[in-house]
Amino acid sequence: MIMSNFWSIWISVLTIVVIVGCFILLKLVNKNYTGVEEGKSMGHEFDGIEELNNPLPKWWAYMFYLTIVFGVIYLALYPGLGNYKGLFGWTSSNQSIGTEQGLKADSAAALEAAKAENRLSQYDREVAQADEKYGPIFAAYLATPLEELVKDEEALKVGGRLFLQNCAQCHGSDARGSKGFPNLTDGDWLYGGDLATIKTTLMNGRNGMMPPKGGLPIEDSEIEGLAEYVVKLSGREHDEALAAQGQGSFMKGCFACHGMDAKGNKFMGAPNLTDNVWLYGGSRGVISESIVNGRAGVMPAWKDILGEEKVHVIAAYVYSLSNK
Amino acid sequence: MMNHSQSTGADYNYTIVRQFALTTVLWGIVGMAVGVLIAAQLIWPQLNFETPWLTFSRLRPLHTNAVIFAFGTSALFATSYYVVQRTCQIRLFAPKLAAFTFWGWQAVIIAAAITLPMGYTQGKEYAELEWPIDIAITIIWVSYAIVFFGTIAKRTTSHIYVANWFFGAFIITVAVLHIVNSMAVPVSLFKSYSLYSGAVDAMVQWWYGHNAVGFLLTAGFLGMMYYFVPKQAGRPVYSYRLSIVHFWALIALYIWAGPHHLHYTALPDWTQSLGMVMSLILFAPSWGGMINGIMTLSGAWHKLRTDPVLRFLVVSLSFYGMSTFEGPMMAIKTVNALSHYTDWTVGHVHSGALGWVAMVSIGSLYHLVPVLFGHGRMYSTSLVNVHFWLATIGTVLYIVSMWISGVMQGLMWRAVNSDGTLTYSFVESLEASYPFYFVRFLGGCFFLTGMLIMAYNVLRTVKAPKESLPALAEA
Repeated sequence: MIMSNFWSIWISVLTIVVIVGCFILLKLVNKNYTGVEEGKSMGHEFDGIEELNNPLPKWWAYMFYLTIVFGVIYLALYPGLGNYKGLFGWTSSNQSIGTEQGLKADSAAALEAAKAENRLSQYDREVAQADEKYGPIFAAYLATPLEELVKDEEALKVGGRLFLQNCAQCHGSDARGSKGFPNLTDGDWLYGGDLATIKTTLMNGRNGMMPPKGGLPIEDSEIEGLAEYVVKLSGREHDEALAAQGQGSFMKGCFACHGMDAKGNKFMGAPNLTDNVWLYGGSRGVISESIVNGRAGVMPAWKDILGEEKVHVIAAYVYSLSNK
Repeated sequence: MMNHSQSTGADYNYTIVRQFALTTVLWGIVGMAVGVLIAAQLIWPQLNFETPWLTFSRLRPLHTNAVIFAFGTSALFATSYYVVQRTCQIRLFAPKLAAFTFWGWQAVIIAAAITLPMGYTQGKEYAELEWPIDIAITIIWVSYAIVFFGTIAKRTTSHIYVANWFFGAFIITVAVLHIVNSMAVPVSLFKSYSLYSGAVDAMVQWWYGHNAVGFLLTAGFLGMMYYFVPKQAGRPVYSYRLSIVHFWALIALYIWAGPHHLHYTALPDWTQSLGMVMSLILFAPSWGGMINGIMTLSGAWHKLRTDPVLRFLVVSLSFYGMSTFEGPMMAIKTVNALSHYTDWTVGHVHSGALGWVAMVSIGSLYHLVPVLFGHGRMYSTSLVNVHFWLATIGTVLYIVSMWISGVMQGLMWRAVNSDGTLTYSFVESLEASYPFYFVRFLGGCFFLTGMLIMAYNVLRTVKAPKESLPALAEA
């Protein structure tokens, strides 16, 4: 962003006044202007404390001058004085401000222009260097079908490292997940565990959405029974009468997503309720909570963050976790 | 003859100085104890006892606020009120207003100690307190300025002593920083939103944050140094001219240094470069104070052998010199790329906070307490010596462990494999930090133990019958 000329001049003048002012102050006081002989007392006394008129240590004064000279040179070479760009034309990154979309278009244009004039920002330069160095490695991985990639030990190691950097925050270093974040090692899949589906999940993300009470006309009084029925579905000890009541409520429409057999629906990520695997917890309390408030789980889309090459390798790694 | 503060016949207001001196010790212990607790929580997380107000996130701002504004600022109140009276040879101006600054400041501290653990915060580092407390601070600070500058105005000495230049600069600038950074729109009694947004908000925050370091923790304590070092050493200040250059250059440059906290962020490039350049030029002026303090000991070096109070003061100057070398170095962008967000920063802050701020305050208090309570010396000089060693070892353990762990973290975070992936996950760098967290905790325990010994020693000195503790004859 370019600031107005007024502010650019304002800040530049202030900067120069302070630096030159320090220089002049140092130069003046370095001489003995006091009229008192060096090493003698200045002649004032405060609560018994006197002050001597010793000279500034030479090494210290030179060091001060040196930092001033460095500062002036640096400000000539690099941006630092308002809108002045510096002799090197260096920037850390695109300095413009805009919307995300606008910036992307803007960035691409700026990048081309900068390339043409051979003045890339430090960030763009480093990205270009990294792409040049590591790009071919990942391009080769992408060219390898996933079915083969899962047999490549080296690729799985790379995928594991990428997983630790990017995925472990939610799914855990051991990929066993935590409340609300799926365990990736148990062979149970909300959307499907084949290689292509895993990759699709990673590329585009997922929005797991259960509306409160499934968006159905379910009364508060039915919740207890419904939870009991879900307990029954997972094959645990239950109150038969209460569960039967709950089954009635289930038939109000829960089956639309979870299926008549309650084994879920991978097309919409509706969980299987019969396998005793729980994303948010399987106690009666938590099940009731899930029914009453609904749930919303988000897996972000990684295709723009990491790019397809890296997602491809991570997909192989995630698959390998439950398919040894 | 200059060794101990002689009575000048002037009737000084010591009540306010006594009050602030004693609360300095109390708040020092509280603030550092919280620091030790949160250091322990980083090793044993279960020490938060699953209680929201005992979690690290709430106690950390309590720790920083307690040591900076309760301990450090009480020490500055005590010493500035003492020094300005004695070097102006006049009783404190507006004694009722001075008493108000004491009780008001204590109320602010209590309000902070209650609201921070409850989770009320503006979310700005070192400026967490919510808007009603911010207004109270402003009123008290303006009263402080009136008392201080009023005393200067009716001084009986011809010149203004250098210590008062620094105290004065500290009082004025902290007022400006606090008011500008705390500007906010309240939405309820306990919630407000900053007047600024985005990169501007960040810049205003670190303009405040770094100058809280520059003017409160540096200029203020240099004022303390300029009185207590020559007084305790019984020697004249080394160079009047050096104090002129380094004072004006320090206050002119420090105010620009804030952007070095925001290297490689959304802050515009020119602002970052400017902050770095000013931080580097600041190096020599910062060292001016150390040179003037240490050279003041010329001809009195032998006193270090027998006087642990002087030792506190001299070692504090050494830590001051070390941190003010480290600071400009860390402001260089390439160094900052390694050090930023690591424990190195934490180590740097504590080399200043423990080594400089706390030790110069402790040394000054050991000089001050006997004078305030009518004695020639502290109750036990050997306990002062024990405290000195505990504080020094504690500080060294703290900063060395944080250096190692900080540089290690910086190197681990940037290490890449041959395929361009990062070598270490964040958790691995955290695991590698644990041994250093333990050493840091140990250092904190040393320092805190020293403070407890000080509290005992101060208590015995205060309680001793008048003039029962005569000054020791010079060795």
